[in-house]
Amino acid sequence: MNNALAVSGIVLKELYRRKDFYVLFILTALITLVMGSFKLFNDDKIVRYLKEICLLLIWVSSMVIAITTAARQLPAEKENRTIFPLLAKPITRGQLVLGKFLGCWFSSGLALLLFYVFFGVISGTREHQWPVLNYLQALSLHWIFLGVVIALVLLGSVVFTAVSSNATISFIVIVGILFVARHLNKIALQLAEPGRSIVYTIYFAVPHLELFDVRQLIIHNLPLIPWNMWLIACVYGIAYSLFFLLATWMVFRRKSLN
Amino acid sequence: MASPRFILAFLFTICLSCVSYLEPWYQKWSGAENRSGDFLSVLIGDSRRLFSNQMVAKADAYFHSGYYPTIFDAPKEKEESHLSGDNDAEAGHDEDHDEQPGSTNHVEHAEHQHSATCGHNQKSEDGFLGPPKDWIDRFGRKFFPSQHSHLESGGEREILPWLRLSAELDPQRIDTYTVAAYWLRKRLGKIDEAEQFLRDGLRANPDSYELYFQLGQIFAENRNNLVRARNLLEIALRKWQEQEKAGLKPNELSYQQITGNLAKLEEKSGNVAQAIFYLKLLQEKSPVPQTIQQQIDDLQKK
Repeated sequence: MNNALAVSGIVLKELYRRKDFYVLFILTALITLVMGSFKLFNDDKIVRYLKEICLLLIWVSSMVIAITTAARQLPAEKENRTIFPLLAKPITRGQLVLGKFLGCWFSSGLALLLFYVFFGVISGTREHQWPVLNYLQALSLHWIFLGVVIALVLLGSVVFTAVSSNATISFIVIVGILFVARHLNKIALQLAEPGRSIVYTIYFAVPHLELFDVRQLIIHNLPLIPWNMWLIACVYGIAYSLFFLLATWMVFRRKSLN
Repeated sequence: MASPRFILAFLFTICLSCVSYLEPWYQKWSGAENRSGDFLSVLIGDSRRLFSNQMVAKADAYFHSGYYPTIFDAPKEKEESHLSGDNDAEAGHDEDHDEQPGSTNHVEHAEHQHSATCGHNQKSEDGFLGPPKDWIDRFGRKFFPSQHSHLESGGEREILPWLRLSAELDPQRIDTYTVAAYWLRKRLGKIDEAEQFLRDGLRANPDSYELYFQLGQIFAENRNNLVRARNLLEIALRKWQEQEKAGLKPNELSYQQITGNLAKLEEKSGNVAQAIFYLKLLQEKSPVPQTIQQQIDDLQKK
């Protein structure tokens, strides 16, 4: 575990050396502040549109950070040939995969924390209420979501040859799941066999990432998610992350590094 | 082979010659004159009208605190906005209109229409979602708005940015102005803003009888300026009649509302003869002419 944490520390340092996060954060803040500066119908209590825009930007930024960071980890080590001294430490391939995952996940979490603090300050100053627990639920679910995404992208990085193709395919798959996964059962019910069974199987098999997107609850100031449901969702997300990590390790341990 | 510098200079000269010819022609071209100069029009052209409808749907979704059907929900049901009175809804409303001349308008019926369109939702808590289809569905409903509710106590203001954006995207969409003006005036008490927004609408749609009618209502009900209200309603009536003559089939409910409100205003001002005149106009298009006749008789007795 120490080896994995050491690797994750390097990934974490990489995040604050790179400019991706700063650019995305400044862009998010700038767009939100500009949108917030409009006074619509002389009413400064209108806030939900601003929350929606800010949360959308946070989701897009966090996905971009997570996917681009995770996609280049293993290919970059191979390309720079630093993977050989790394594995000679000795670190097992499993520890390397775990370390890369933890590094990406922690760095995404750190970025997410800053984004949500900004969001909380913006919405709090406009709404004059601070639903901290709701924000904590949204932040934690969002972080779990990024864990699944990072694990999925790491799996992609040992399957696909190029970083760009992995990042693009992962992005399309994740966005597709976010938009369609919840509705696959409805689509299945309208189909004849064997289409119905196939679509229903896909519905049960795909990770339901949309569960972690609770933006609508935050935007419309809806009550907290029951904590037992929140816990089950966290376990569900962590289980999928472990599944993808295990799959990554299984592919990576047999993969030639040359 | 000529030198690259010569080719570069030659191409630049061609470009300069072309632009010196094309630019004056473009400035005179009628297509360029008709083009709106605002950013959104330049960016997305006429496709902005499609986005405008989406913005109205977004406002409707906000009105329901995010509880709103997607394209995957109840695909066989006709999609219609719960906020605004679109043509079909208005037509449907025509039939069950209770004929209280001048009492309401189609926008003020937004909530009644909403009740009508959402009636099936209120019957059960599940609404358009129906009962959960499986355990993932049941579990997932804890993570998005799955209860039917409406904005109230001033929360209605949250729909306004989307209506404003809708009007920016499609300034010819009359309903956007009337719906926004209704919420501003009736629920938020923002009379000046409602008037301003309607005037914005009139600048883009100078022949709209709906906007004149709404503006007239503001002067009649909120500003208590009966003279201006009457002038505006008379313009609304004239615009309606012009559209009918042009064969544009204007909305008959609007006609009833305009004439009904004019009759009420005249009665208030003590012009009984004029009030009867407008009631007779109303009678021509009313589905219950006997009720209107009763009102005429009552006025004649005074």
